Amino acid sequence: MWHWLKQNFLPVKFFYQTSTMLLPWLIFLFVILFSYGMIAGLFFAPADYQQGDGFRIMYVHVPSCFLAMGIYFVMAVSAFLTLVFRIKIAAICMSCSAPIGAWFTFLALVTGSIWGKPMWGTWWIWDARLTSVLILLFLYLGFIALQSVIYSTRARERAGALIALVGAINLPIIHYSVIWWNTLHQGPSISKFATPSIAPAMLYPLLAMIAAFFIFYFIILFIRMQNKILRAI
Amino acid sequence: MNLFWMILKNELRATWRQAFAWLTPFLFFALIIFLFPIALGSNFILLKQITPAIIWIAALLAILLSLNSLFQKEADEGYLENWLLSPHSLTFIISCKLFSHWLIYVFPLILISPLLGFLLHLSAQEEGVLIITLLLGTPVLTLFGAIGSALTIGIRGHGLLLPILIMPLYVPVLIFATGAMTLVNFNQSIASEIAILSALLLVSITFIPWLVGVALRIGVDQ
Repeated sequence: MWHWLKQNFLPVKFFYQTSTMLLPWLIFLFVILFSYGMIAGLFFAPADYQQGDGFRIMYVHVPSCFLAMGIYFVMAVSAFLTLVFRIKIAAICMSCSAPIGAWFTFLALVTGSIWGKPMWGTWWIWDARLTSVLILLFLYLGFIALQSVIYSTRARERAGALIALVGAINLPIIHYSVIWWNTLHQGPSISKFATPSIAPAMLYPLLAMIAAFFIFYFIILFIRMQNKILRAI
Repeated sequence: MNLFWMILKNELRATWRQAFAWLTPFLFFALIIFLFPIALGSNFILLKQITPAIIWIAALLAILLSLNSLFQKEADEGYLENWLLSPHSLTFIISCKLFSHWLIYVFPLILISPLLGFLLHLSAQEEGVLIITLLLGTPVLTLFGAIGSALTIGIRGHGLLLPILIMPLYVPVLIFATGAMTLVNFNQSIASEIAILSALLLVSITFIPWLVGVALRIGVDQ
């Protein structure tokens, strides 16, 4: 079963063909979701009773945060597949994900900072979640720095995989230790799916934006991976 | 056990014969702590408040400094390949090596820290907590650093890469160690901080030598 899977679905060629086929559909889906999320979020969603129109930056900030963490998760899974099963495509996925993840982490920090200025009265505060996202950014940058100085492909992939896995295992520990240290951030609004503390008119555009951001990540990831495969051939 | 004593004795003898290698992190630690009162002017109230942070940051930097040479000699002289080929467990050899490294380069810092704390006007109670947190925390820092040291072993001329890779992972230890020092200032219980530091230590001692072994195999490949 495993052997069959490895033979048929994991070769680089299979990925290249499938992703070429998928890309137009992904772009189509992205355009629809993104335009719905943007228009509904910026124009039709009601203004927040406390934060006024300022809350609308949420439609960029929250999806960026989701991606910042989601991409590290993707990297950790591909790192595991690289290190244990030595799957070539997973290693390519891991090293192509890192710069995208770093940019989204940066975007999450910048939009959060712009949101924080009118709401908290300061650009930056040493709050638990801000700090752990900043540490996440440093983990991404460390990974990229390590990748950029090792020249042998095999060693580069395996070293990156190890450091990504160590970072992923440590991330929850770092997160909870930072919460222990200091917290001020408002509670998450949409993780409580049973009783969301957010109105549906605000929620649906947000979910559409999160989906659109994830599809955007996959579009960029596929293009980068295809480029990397072509360069290696 | 024989192997353990052998590695420890070899390391101690090698260090003894070039005393300055052993003194460098030690002097570095003392000098950073000495620079803070000078940089702060005569602001002794502020100095007293940030003393735990100063000592911990200085210890962290001294450990990072010592880590650059952790596997360097072995890599240059070909011991590393010997380790990988030897019939003994690689994890065990690495554990011995890391323990002797900690004993030679980090333990002296802990020994001198009460004296430096005394110069920075720590109370007797704070001194005690400082030593306990250093004893529990510095092995974790050394172990995490060893992963980075093993991964960057074949890379020349990138001395700052190791701190960049490893420092984000140092955050929990730093939080709980300095947290304990702050709490004892307010006469509160530090049991939970000490428990978490001990847990971090136990988990790292269990898993990290094995991970360092994996990292060394990758590092030798480069």
